[in-house]
Amino acid sequence: MSLKSRKMVGIGATGVFMFATILAVLILVILIFEIVSSGYKDLDWKFITSPPSVLSAEKAGIWPALMGSIWLMALTAVISIPVGIGAAIYLEELTVKNKLTRIIEVNISNLAGVPSIVYGILGLGIFVRQFHMGRSVLAGALTMSLLILPVIIVSAREALKAVPDSIRQAAYGLGATKIQTIWHHVLPAAVPGIVTGIILALSRAVGETAPIAMIGALSYIHDAPKGVMSSFTALPLQIYNWISYPQKEFHEIAGAAILVLLILLLTMNSIAITIRQRFERNRQW
Amino acid sequence: MTIVPTQPKVEEGGIRAGAPILSTRNVWIRYGDHAAIKNVSMEIQEKRITAIIGPSGCGKSTLLRSFNRMNDFIENLSTEGQVCYRGENVYKKGIDPVEVRRKIGMVFQKPNPFPKTIFKNVSWGLSINGIKDNMADRVEKALIQVALFDEVKDKLNKSGLELSGGQQQRLCIARAIALEPEIVLMDEPCSALDPIATMRIEDLLLELKKKYTIVIVTHNMQQAARVSDKCAFFYNGDLIEFGETEQVFTRPREKQTEQYVTGRIG
Repeated sequence: MSLKSRKMVGIGATGVFMFATILAVLILVILIFEIVSSGYKDLDWKFITSPPSVLSAEKAGIWPALMGSIWLMALTAVISIPVGIGAAIYLEELTVKNKLTRIIEVNISNLAGVPSIVYGILGLGIFVRQFHMGRSVLAGALTMSLLILPVIIVSAREALKAVPDSIRQAAYGLGATKIQTIWHHVLPAAVPGIVTGIILALSRAVGETAPIAMIGALSYIHDAPKGVMSSFTALPLQIYNWISYPQKEFHEIAGAAILVLLILLLTMNSIAITIRQRFERNRQW
Repeated sequence: MTIVPTQPKVEEGGIRAGAPILSTRNVWIRYGDHAAIKNVSMEIQEKRITAIIGPSGCGKSTLLRSFNRMNDFIENLSTEGQVCYRGENVYKKGIDPVEVRRKIGMVFQKPNPFPKTIFKNVSWGLSINGIKDNMADRVEKALIQVALFDEVKDKLNKSGLELSGGQQQRLCIARAIALEPEIVLMDEPCSALDPIATMRIEDLLLELKKKYTIVIVTHNMQQAARVSDKCAFFYNGDLIEFGETEQVFTRPREKQTEQYVTGRIG
């Protein structure tokens, strides 16, 4: 190929990639614009702090759904973070690599790709019915934990794998045990990656509708959850519910609720980015 | 191959310098089916610098890492024979490798300070081994021993990674000797350093041998000739020759040793 035609290929390829980037950003911008323009009118403090109403879109608010989402997220975090990090440490640092651990690894990766509705069915069968938890926040959080655990485990393992072996060797060389080495050196060095994975996974949990719809979180709940056994609803479900009403006014307040959900998610993602950057500044390898 | 036994000399204070502190008996180390170390028997003498030389891939690092069981972390590696530290086989059942590494410290090829403060780099090894008293004194003493204290005394709370390569390596040595091990293993400690930094480490080694037994792996023959008392030459996993450094370099008994030290193989 002549130099000229090679250069042409380069320019062409750059164009294609640039188009792909612009397309992705453009769709996001249009989406956000749509939501903001339809939702901003109804978004005020009263909307956030009021219970929903089936009669009047005017009076309706998202307080129980917002609190339900926050409860769900917090409880999911409490359950999935220790289990996820623990499993990642075990698989990456403690166990010997053999056929069994390889099978477990492959299956965890596969679980990350299982449709969320399947986890919903599982949650309904096990937590709601078998363990008689009912349609509680706890049952919802356990189901969500199942859903996001594979994501947390996989990302935490990647973060642990990225910690250079020289640090482990240095610690072992000083007579440190495996656990001391992991706790004092490997884990702190892996924090940015682990935290990023956790927050992205939790964001997914907050945005999921199917599993909590499946376990039967009710969409008309007048109060915020009072404890882990309270019945609850969550923002995505409230939005879905309002959209299904025939009246146009309810569609508009659904837009406002989407806006709240979006703000929640974007806040979480920016926290993830901040944490990662802060920790990465102290790291040199 | 013959090994001339050296007579232990009695030095001031009655310490027997030159007595064997570490010995290997018929050690074979294999990666899978490949034998990296073949039937090696040798004795390391106390408060001496023993150099292990040989071309890349001759198994010298593998052997060094068997002395404090750092090979345990390599999958698919098997060790046969005995590695005796003060007469006890470190590979014997029931011996805790953590305990072995506490007595036999290690310095690595590439300086690998922890991404923590200079102070913490030295104090961590002490604190995890249950030593909590006089920490500042112990850290200072270790840094003085490696001639690093004056350079870092005003920035003990700065990250160890902010130091130059040579300073980092001296910090790693300080970290190892703060635990007051009996033996310090060094795996090509100067290969990532410039000549000036290398010279400082070599001076340091001569100073440290008053207190510690040092085993150093190096592919730099001049370095081995400059610092070591005894020298072992390995080729393809075989211990070809082991003797007083001067003899190995000036009057090698084996043909391969002669070829290596004169630069014809390697």
